[in-house]
Amino acid sequence: MEIKVLGTGCDGCRALYETVGQVVKELGLEAVVLKEEDLMKIMEYNVMTLPTLVIDGKVVAKGKLSAKEVKEVFLQTIG
Amino acid sequence: MIQKFADWLVYDIFGLKDTTPIGEAVNFFLYDSIKILVLLFFISLIMGIINAYFPIERLRNYLTSRKLYGLQYFFAALFGAITPFCSCSSIPLFIGFVKGGIPLGVTFAYLITSPLVNEVAVAMFIGTFGLRITAIYVISGILLGMAGGFVLGKMKLEPYLSGWVQQIQQHSSAESDKWETGNTPFIKRLPKIIHEAWNIVRGVLLYILIGIGIGALMHGYVPEGFFEQYMATDNWFAVPLSVILAVPMYANAAGIVPVIEVFVAKGIPIGTAISFMMAVVGLSLPEATLLKKVMTWRLICIFFGLITLFIIFLGYLFNAVL
Repeated sequence: MEIKVLGTGCDGCRALYETVGQVVKELGLEAVVLKEEDLMKIMEYNVMTLPTLVIDGKVVAKGKLSAKEVKEVFLQTIG
Repeated sequence: MIQKFADWLVYDIFGLKDTTPIGEAVNFFLYDSIKILVLLFFISLIMGIINAYFPIERLRNYLTSRKLYGLQYFFAALFGAITPFCSCSSIPLFIGFVKGGIPLGVTFAYLITSPLVNEVAVAMFIGTFGLRITAIYVISGILLGMAGGFVLGKMKLEPYLSGWVQQIQQHSSAESDKWETGNTPFIKRLPKIIHEAWNIVRGVLLYILIGIGIGALMHGYVPEGFFEQYMATDNWFAVPLSVILAVPMYANAAGIVPVIEVFVAKGIPIGTAISFMMAVVGLSLPEATLLKKVMTWRLICIFFGLITLFIIFLGYLFNAVL
């Protein structure tokens, strides 16, 4: 699984990247967590709110999320 | 109620006299802090609820899919006002609009109003200047966005966008965003909305307290009419000077409004104060550097220059009629 956090390097984006890293560790997921800061690449996902959470190329959540919300998103996506 | 609480705490419990500068300053600080924090929380809450139901994607689809006969400037500016402004989202928003085929002028209308009218500014204005001045600020902020967007749209500035943005614009299409939040019931969304409102309050708490603290000190110690001699209405250059000084400044509204209130209380004309606020909140150097990613310097200068002129005009207008 490939998890990407899209963001141009603002505080909210950095916070989400860290939260995602923690949740992945906590749940023991086998996943690569990446940060995408290149604006042109970000725009390919057709999003207008940052940060954005992308799992395996699919946009799954937008905006600032708490650890609890990230967990919920993961559980929903993985099924 | 809050005033009674502040009076009781400062004069009865702390034992400070209401005639001394320190008593007046502490009272002002307590009263304003509590009032503004409560206001900010509720306004953030209301805006959070609105945004949960009108996400920006929906606005974009609305603007691209309908003929609006000029009203699109109004909708773009209005939405700029009610969506929370986050500098990290302004560039993706800009490109998202351009990509969706929304005209540059309409995009500018959104871009002008979005930082200018936001929950923090509105809460601070209601708390310090009252409803009438807040309404004037909000309405003129939206009008400024509409007029600015319209004029910039007429100037045919597309060639001054960055190259890659121009390419996006040529391949723009009114695609609808497939990804939707789904229909989560309101009751389930509410905790998240409350949480976000609280986050907004927490994020600016320190600035608010510092701003009100400075305001309180000046309130207690600076004599009435002190600034009048420097910045009175009959000084024709007061408005342009304060606006031009304010453009590069980046203070969030939280820190600057309480200080401005004291300036007004001590003799600065309200129009000069409002135009100063607009320039501080609406235009800033950090924003210009962000815009550099999607625009040439020339376009940024035209954009900032025109809005500065408009704000100066508004300052004179307010001074004349208020």
